[in-house]
Amino acid sequence: MTKRLVYLDHNATTPIHPEVKRAMSEAMDLFGNPSSLHEFGRKAKSLIEKARETVAEFISADSEEIIFVGSGSEANNTVLSMLACPSSRCMCTHKRAVGIITTTIEHPCVLEAAKCLEDRGFSVDYLKVDQTGKVDLDQLKKTVTEKTGIVSVMMANNEIGTIQDMKTIEKIIHEQGAMFHTDAVQAVGKIPVNVRELNADFLTISAHKVYGPKGVGALYIKNGISFCPMIRGGHQERGRRAGTENTIGIVGLGKAIELRKIEMTDEEKRLLGLKAILRKGLEEKIPDIHFNGHPTDCLAGTLSVSFEGAEGEAILLYLDLEGIAVSTGSACASGSLDPSHVLLATGMSAERAHGTIRLSMGRQTTEEEIRYVLDVFPKVIQKVRDMSTAYSRRKS
Amino acid sequence: MSSPNDWVYTEKVKEHFMQPKNILMDEENYKADGKGVVGNIKCGDQMMMAIKVDQAKGIIADCKWKTYGCASAIASTSVLSEMVKGMTLEQAYHLSPKDVAKELGNLPEHKIHCSVLGDKALRAAINDYYVWHGMADKVQKEAARIVCQCMNITDHEIEDAVLEGARTFYELQERTKIGTVCGQCKDEATHMVETFIKKHFEK
Repeated sequence: MTKRLVYLDHNATTPIHPEVKRAMSEAMDLFGNPSSLHEFGRKAKSLIEKARETVAEFISADSEEIIFVGSGSEANNTVLSMLACPSSRCMCTHKRAVGIITTTIEHPCVLEAAKCLEDRGFSVDYLKVDQTGKVDLDQLKKTVTEKTGIVSVMMANNEIGTIQDMKTIEKIIHEQGAMFHTDAVQAVGKIPVNVRELNADFLTISAHKVYGPKGVGALYIKNGISFCPMIRGGHQERGRRAGTENTIGIVGLGKAIELRKIEMTDEEKRLLGLKAILRKGLEEKIPDIHFNGHPTDCLAGTLSVSFEGAEGEAILLYLDLEGIAVSTGSACASGSLDPSHVLLATGMSAERAHGTIRLSMGRQTTEEEIRYVLDVFPKVIQKVRDMSTAYSRRKS
Repeated sequence: MSSPNDWVYTEKVKEHFMQPKNILMDEENYKADGKGVVGNIKCGDQMMMAIKVDQAKGIIADCKWKTYGCASAIASTSVLSEMVKGMTLEQAYHLSPKDVAKELGNLPEHKIHCSVLGDKALRAAINDYYVWHGMADKVQKEAARIVCQCMNITDHEIEDAVLEGARTFYELQERTKIGTVCGQCKDEATHMVETFIKKHFEK
């Protein structure tokens, strides 16, 4: 009998859509260097430009505002490190800026890049979030000044799914003339994103979170905004990102986005329904649990839940033995002993953060799978709690 | 080469994690002769060990436990509870974290502290037994010594930091703030980091 496998870790990465796979496989034959003038090159080039149009159109941008990059992390690093470029030839006009602002719940690629800027003499402010993961707008208002170079706020959080009030945030930032970047890796392809309405200056997109391949992403750079590349040495992407284009990956990203356009709206509705079943089931079957994130402004497929007296990694691995793939709120399993910075930022106690599990559903998740999870989950929690010092003591 | 069936953990860890042995299910009615609790849920691990002692022979007759923690914490306590049965109190007292890790076929480096907690809990249980059975004189105090006078950092804290991953003086400093005032303790602390790395991680 083959082991039953249920994948509930779509915020980590997603399976490639079969049609994306087909498009990429066809693109493999078009090996020409997109920069070459001959037919081989032109064929590859035209695929890339088609993907660019698709991505641009999906977020209501112009094609020339999109550059392809190697990952969401690269896009985020590019935007932040731009401020510190010491070159006199650098076209970046924000050199007067001495400060950047970001939030306490960003992805590590933003936080680490910010820390690096801090080491190079920039002042960095980290915006607090409330219990639901929403950014403190008053703090933003007080912090952003004419000396602020850039403010980077993630659109939807990977751990708890909270979606920020981007429009309000944008207004506050632009009133002071700072640049506005958003890491929209968890948002583009899951919720509608329109850069014109959003008035973003930079926006980060990743392919593998929305059924595309790993190793490719895109960065939206608003027309007319000053920019300085991180990877130099070629005219690719209009000189904004050197390196021979990853034709196959870019085609995959383009196809993934094209499919999102068709599938996204219905899928999000379906996932909301599944999440309601999952949440209700867990609530009914397991005592002493807490749900995290914002009750309504939350990614449809994401559910973060904390179990009192049960440790996250143990829960994750017992579920894994039953074929259910989830993720911990903490980074414990991946090598760090510290609980998740995102959960702690919401004011959660370290104790509760250690017992937090993230379930993230996707286009292939079925109700039947959710029922199976609801069957297995209570047993696993019971098992972990039975041997826990934290649960027995709490109950006695 | 790694395969999908490979865990970060060894087969032995997996075995003890899947079927933990000697969990203390009925705490009320288990008449323990000694009990020890160490660790802190805030830090992600807490362990409790309870022992029954054959007083005539001076050996551990039974050992049960509870653990709040990750897979390696659960496996460490489980394997330790098996190891100590039949040991004299003296033998059990001197079990080292390395012995536990060895029995488990090794732990990933960042999980070594799990085995450390297990053996600390066991020693606490043995001491508890001594205290309650009129042998308080046998309790071996593990006095901590202050290394950094300015920040009040002890050798125990340095050892814990090493177990949690500090490998250099600067990594130690990041965790403990040691030597951030006068800095006089730097050489000694550096040497202690090396010693503790040897003690816990060299095979």
